[in-house]
Amino acid sequence: MSTPEAEALPPATPAGKMIQTLVGIAMLSGFLVVLTYQLTKPIIAENQRRAIEAAVFTVIPDAVVRSDFVINDKGLTPVTGEESVEGVLIYAGYNRDGELKGIAAKAAAQGYADLIHLLYGYDPGCECIRGMKVLKLAETPGLGDKIITDANFVANFEALDARLNTDGSALANEIVTVKAGSKQNPWEIDAISGATISSKAVGKAINQSAKQLLPAIRPHLEKLKQPPVLPDQQEVADD
Amino acid sequence: MIKEKPTITWETFTEGLWRENPVFVMLLGMCPVLAVTNSAINALAMGLATTFVLLASGTLISLLRHNIPKQVRIATYIVIIATFVTIVDYTIQAISLDLYNALGAFIQLIVVNCMILGRAEAYASRNRPLKAIVNGIGMGIGFTFALLCLGVVREILGAGTLFGLDLFGPRFEPWVVMLLPPGGFLVLGAWLLLFEWMKQRKERAELEAAAETR
Repeated sequence: MSTPEAEALPPATPAGKMIQTLVGIAMLSGFLVVLTYQLTKPIIAENQRRAIEAAVFTVIPDAVVRSDFVINDKGLTPVTGEESVEGVLIYAGYNRDGELKGIAAKAAAQGYADLIHLLYGYDPGCECIRGMKVLKLAETPGLGDKIITDANFVANFEALDARLNTDGSALANEIVTVKAGSKQNPWEIDAISGATISSKAVGKAINQSAKQLLPAIRPHLEKLKQPPVLPDQQEVADD
Repeated sequence: MIKEKPTITWETFTEGLWRENPVFVMLLGMCPVLAVTNSAINALAMGLATTFVLLASGTLISLLRHNIPKQVRIATYIVIIATFVTIVDYTIQAISLDLYNALGAFIQLIVVNCMILGRAEAYASRNRPLKAIVNGIGMGIGFTFALLCLGVVREILGAGTLFGLDLFGPRFEPWVVMLLPPGGFLVLGAWLLLFEWMKQRKERAELEAAAETR
């Protein structure tokens, strides 16, 4: 059955017109996206560099200069720029005189809601962890996110023992999270009561990363201790 | 076909602020409304980002409204909206990585904010660019205002702060549930209740006034 309205419908749009419109819009869209990407790329890269730098200098006290290395089975490679090397990225932090103050590395472990990503700083001088900063978490606000704000918990990472055993192949003591208030040894982390799972995740992340990374770093410590040349000069030039 | 009304009135602008407020009246775009309003600054940033996408896509769609065949209009609108969302995404990363991390996936999800597609279909594609812009500004402000209403209440109750500033001192025990998803529903419900009550009161007052004059 056909109604008068149905007969009065305008003729169907030719397919060519539709394709023309879609192609036109897609090209315009591509142009705008590429333009924005090109304009914002250097600013975003600079933001990311600054964010990493700020985090590295938080976990390595006294550090003012950083240089990046990649560590893998073959050894230690400085990160120069474009070429990417497979391996674990570590950040070495130096003070104004070019002394190695610590090495920062990323770690992650499953928390209550999602992976907790963090950065920790290892000081080869005291063979201990001198700082920890949470980079990304999805923990419950007010409970799990206390791992960032709780002063007592953060104090665990001022001098957390991470000595290696005598032959340097593993940690002398595994880093563990213990029940709130029961910390007895320097390699233990006092949990936050009410945020045990998140606290344990932090301990687990650091332990897993440290027991692999620290024995691997050890043979290269001398190389890491060489003062960084280029960034140091820049630092002086900035003054 | 709906006839284009060329005149731009004050109503074109205020429609989105109050009478057709996208959140409190039309209940559109609930996903960002509930998800990112756990602090005032997130709510404000989300509101501004959405306003930009709404305005830019509305303008472009309004300019092209006679050239878009109706069979492919939805696809075209989505591509246009997605383009501006990508632009916003990069821009926010360039402005502040902290803000970008706080807003998470919800920036990209502006693409599927039904308020924007709704305005494109119901308004921008049927009106002159200038009128679409004026209406879009109104809608954007209305949306941002609604997000701020939620964000401010949730941040004050849930964290005891406003725009990151401590309000009550260390003795305040934050009402954490307000920062969690249920808090979003509770606060939205409370606001809707308030708006509905005000609307009914106004209507009753108008009825009484009409009865008296008779």
